[in-house]
Amino acid sequence: MEDAELVTRLRSGDEEAFRFVVDRYHCSLLRLARTMVPSRAVAEEVVQDTWLGLVRGIQRFEGRSSLRTWLFHVLVNRARTTGTRERRPSMGVSAGPAVDHARFRPDGEWADPPVPWPEEVDDRLVAAQLAERVRRRLDELPEMQRQVVILRDVEGMGAEDVCDLLGLTEGNQRVLLHRGRSRLRGMLELEMGKA
Amino acid sequence: MLRRRRHQLACREAVELVTDYLEGTLNGADRERLEGHLAACPHCREYLAQMRRTLDLLGRIEPEALDPEVQDELVALYRRWQT
Repeated sequence: MEDAELVTRLRSGDEEAFRFVVDRYHCSLLRLARTMVPSRAVAEEVVQDTWLGLVRGIQRFEGRSSLRTWLFHVLVNRARTTGTRERRPSMGVSAGPAVDHARFRPDGEWADPPVPWPEEVDDRLVAAQLAERVRRRLDELPEMQRQVVILRDVEGMGAEDVCDLLGLTEGNQRVLLHRGRSRLRGMLELEMGKA
Repeated sequence: MLRRRRHQLACREAVELVTDYLEGTLNGADRERLEGHLAACPHCREYLAQMRRTLDLLGRIEPEALDPEVQDELVALYRRWQT
């Protein structure tokens, strides 16, 4: 269902449309909320507040962003006003290199190069299992890296929307994305070695 | 050891450019330097391939199943607001 149709139906009190958006976005909202507040219980409250925000605010929704982006904005505002986790914008922006420098020779060439991973098999089950491992590893990233990677790479949101949503400059967004992705590749490299 | 020419990249520097490269935000000169390096360095090509695979896996992460009870509660909330 397209946003325009959804919004029209939500405004007219269409429960089926509401059920549809909850089904589509609830888990995504919860995933982001969990990076912004200290516990799952608080995250669930924040998401519930977000749905209340939709119910109350859908008449004013102007469609300048997608419904999903709008919901994320409501969520971020709710999460921040719960005030349970202080915002530290500089946190995680300047963390270490993409690859441990011990893996390079003094001249900067690889001393311990990446070992090719097992062939990509066209097997949805294997891919799903690997994706599940990546999901667990995601939780180990510092919170701001995690937020950016979730929004960009799991949700597939554009850089500009993410900057706007999280109040980041384009440069900081890219640094957080770079650190987060690099760390995840490094974690996967260890997992692949075990496989 | 020969001093590396200025336009050449070390692997240690190349891995730091990968995100900008994938984002399409490298300037023309840096992109050429990185592409030149990748053409000559199988290890950094492997690194880039692993990064692409990491991104592919991130894109495959499935949403958790939504608890039907939670959904019903939310729908009830929506219904109350309409009346």
